[in-house]
Amino acid sequence: MLRSLLLSAALLSLLAVPALANEENEHLKTQAWPHQGAFGTYDRASLQRGFQVYKQVCATCHSLKLLSYRDLSDLGFNEAEVKALAASATVHDGPNDNGDMFDRPGRPSDFFVKPFPNDQAARAANGGALPPDLSLIVKARKGHEDYIYSILTGFGQTPPADEKIAAGMNYNPYFPGHQIAMPRPLNDDSVTYADGTKATTDQEARDVVQFLAWAAEPKLEARNQMGFKVVLFLVVFAAVLYGVKRKVWSKLH
Amino acid sequence: MSHGSPSSFKNPVINWIDTRLPIFTMLQKEYGTFPTPKNFNYLWSFGGIAMVMLTTMILTGIFLAMYYTPSTGHAFDSVERIMRDVNYGWLIRYIHMNGASLFFIAVYVHIFRGVYYGSYKAPRELLWILGVVILLLMMATAFMGYVLPWGQMSFWGATVITNLFSAIPVVGDKIVTWLWGGFSVDNPTLNRFFALHYLLPFVIFAVVFLHVAALHVSGSNNPTGIEPQTDKDTVPFHPYYTAKDCFALVLFLIFYALIVFYAPNALGDPDNYIPANPMVTPAHIVPEWYFLPFYAILRSFVWDIHIPFTSVVLISSKLGGVLLMFGSIVMLLLLPWLDRSKVRSAVFRPIYKKVFWLFVLDCLILGYIGGKPPEAPYVMIGQFATAFYFAFFLILSPLLPKYEKILPLPKSISEAVLKKS
Amino acid sequence: MAETPSPHAASDCCHDEERRDFLALTAGAMAGVGACCAAYPLIQSMNPAADVLALASTEVDLSQVKEGQSLTVVWRGKPVFIRRRTQAEINEARTAPMSDLKDPQKDEDRVKQSAFGGKDMPEWLVMVGVCTHLGCVPLGQKPTDPHGEFDGWFCPCHGSQYDSSGRIRKGPAPKNLEVPPYQFTDANHIKIG
Repeated sequence: MLRSLLLSAALLSLLAVPALANEENEHLKTQAWPHQGAFGTYDRASLQRGFQVYKQVCATCHSLKLLSYRDLSDLGFNEAEVKALAASATVHDGPNDNGDMFDRPGRPSDFFVKPFPNDQAARAANGGALPPDLSLIVKARKGHEDYIYSILTGFGQTPPADEKIAAGMNYNPYFPGHQIAMPRPLNDDSVTYADGTKATTDQEARDVVQFLAWAAEPKLEARNQMGFKVVLFLVVFAAVLYGVKRKVWSKLH
Repeated sequence: MSHGSPSSFKNPVINWIDTRLPIFTMLQKEYGTFPTPKNFNYLWSFGGIAMVMLTTMILTGIFLAMYYTPSTGHAFDSVERIMRDVNYGWLIRYIHMNGASLFFIAVYVHIFRGVYYGSYKAPRELLWILGVVILLLMMATAFMGYVLPWGQMSFWGATVITNLFSAIPVVGDKIVTWLWGGFSVDNPTLNRFFALHYLLPFVIFAVVFLHVAALHVSGSNNPTGIEPQTDKDTVPFHPYYTAKDCFALVLFLIFYALIVFYAPNALGDPDNYIPANPMVTPAHIVPEWYFLPFYAILRSFVWDIHIPFTSVVLISSKLGGVLLMFGSIVMLLLLPWLDRSKVRSAVFRPIYKKVFWLFVLDCLILGYIGGKPPEAPYVMIGQFATAFYFAFFLILSPLLPKYEKILPLPKSISEAVLKKS
Repeated sequence: MAETPSPHAASDCCHDEERRDFLALTAGAMAGVGACCAAYPLIQSMNPAADVLALASTEVDLSQVKEGQSLTVVWRGKPVFIRRRTQAEINEARTAPMSDLKDPQKDEDRVKQSAFGGKDMPEWLVMVGVCTHLGCVPLGQKPTDPHGEFDGWFCPCHGSQYDSSGRIRKGPAPKNLEVPPYQFTDANHIKIG
């Protein structure tokens, strides 16, 4: 038993290996996010503020193509609000009965409208750099929430003397290579929050990171809740089975 | 326990079926009264656990296949649709995705148990070989399954691994083109990988059936490595080992559930949440953790071997790496004949016991190196670890028995059990 | 059986037996509950996904459809028949005696009464174009199609005949063609679903 545990522990330590591989980038600013941990839940107010930041700042360049407007009901918007949010977008649709493409207001079932019709247009508008889709960005980067947060709040520092920043690039010590094509996106009061929260750069970054974490893993809360029940059930079940096993084997000893 | 002749079950329906098709008699014989050594430890539960994992993978896989689209344009989005829109899709996908890792954990524990207790030794050689076949099939299935989400790691993993075959002299490139169904990993590749990923688990199931059939001919090995001699050495499989295995299984499931629900992406690579892009290779291509030791062996061969005094390359470093990697599996296949010890269990082999743990450590080091970039000092450590891996099979296994002093063996299993307690 | 080694020293204390039975029963029950709970998400996953449920409505422009013409649109993956009926068809539908109907329903109940701006829209018949027998699509949308004996629709699979109100008159189908939920958004547009 002990040996098997040791062996599984040893095998498990293997699994941690890729996670430990870290580049020589600046240490990420590790934050405590409310949705982390076994009982974590998303902070709805923050998600709504983060959506506002995405809509007013990020969405000019970054798509969020895996999300639909109907998904916004998860953020605590009611049906009418979701419809209004969807309708505020212009969806290119068609062809209609005359064979023409046309514009119409968005519906909740529509996917988020992309800022550029295709990758080539996105590159052309951004000096050759493709702004990545943000639907999964939190799960698709090492460091996850902390990485995005560090990037967003890592602008505005003076590069060390030995690092030359190329034209059109911006210094950010958290980005691999320390040069990022994206200019500083968030400043104090980039947005005006409806709920009166003070829109500091830090607050905006915090909110939009939580929004993007939700966008990448919308089922996290269901997962945490179900996980608790499943593990609890299995622990009780294991205890009962241990009793059965003991009882069965007691005859032999 | 039912009494009397096997075909007289109390339940009339079961009895009716059994007289025409004796499946219940078979179940009774193989899983009911089957005489099993009474001294198993919990390591013997991992075969059953692996079986449950295989079933779990097949079941969840079938439901995922109902929503998955094997086409380069839609694969990534169809997986995300499963994660977002399909009812409980996230759950089924996370169970399947992490199930692969848990399946490998169970099987690796199962294999190391066999190596420690000499379970591969006569008369269980074929049983062992069937097990290695299952391992190979599992590797193929897991590899192709990892390609299906069509993320960056999927695509580049597929490219790198299929390119291994280009190392084969003369026909290598043709084989790679044939594997791809084109001139790069593309839609035809994804399509056939999906077809095979769906098929192979059932092949595994069939080989598992043979594996179990062979097991029930020779009977199980046990921690002493001594065959049972009398009834006193064995207990009926049910209820003794059904009870014990169920307990072990549920403990394993707790561990599984913790990963699925609380760290579902911990074993995966973040790069696989970026859609495949044939134009950009990620900075570090790393296979899934369960392939890392083999990947390290592959990369440890860095020399071109020339025909002496000429510049003609006999074995390129590419081919050499591939040969070494496949050789590492061949070692497992040959182990029943490489190990010359008359005694099975490491319990009575004091030196082998230490060597075994060094071997485990060596495999862990190989795994660690496999996850590292191919730079100094990792390459060199990997080469030493690879050398030890092969030395374990080719030198230590055959030669150790000559110099090893065997501890006194108990006369029977029950004597060993009594001495312990 | 001979090869069955009996559990030695069967010190049958009835107490122990009972406790084991209780534990074993509990374990068995938990295994059953666990298996059902595990099966539930798998079975549930086969129901329509969230994006399918969200695609509920279709908007249709009726301005191009003239009297006596039909239009077929897709709603939830099924054809929806839209027909602008002639006065003769309406009259025929409204004079048919209820006793002749297999699934009695008034024509007035199958069209929109006081729909847009309080107006009746008897000429517009909107139905799901799926035969209530076994799911084929009946003929009758095109002028050249067979319309059956009742100037409506005819299902080629098993010969069900629907009248100009889409009600079943003859053949194996048990029910009238289904009227989907729809509403007039203005005089020329309807929204189905």
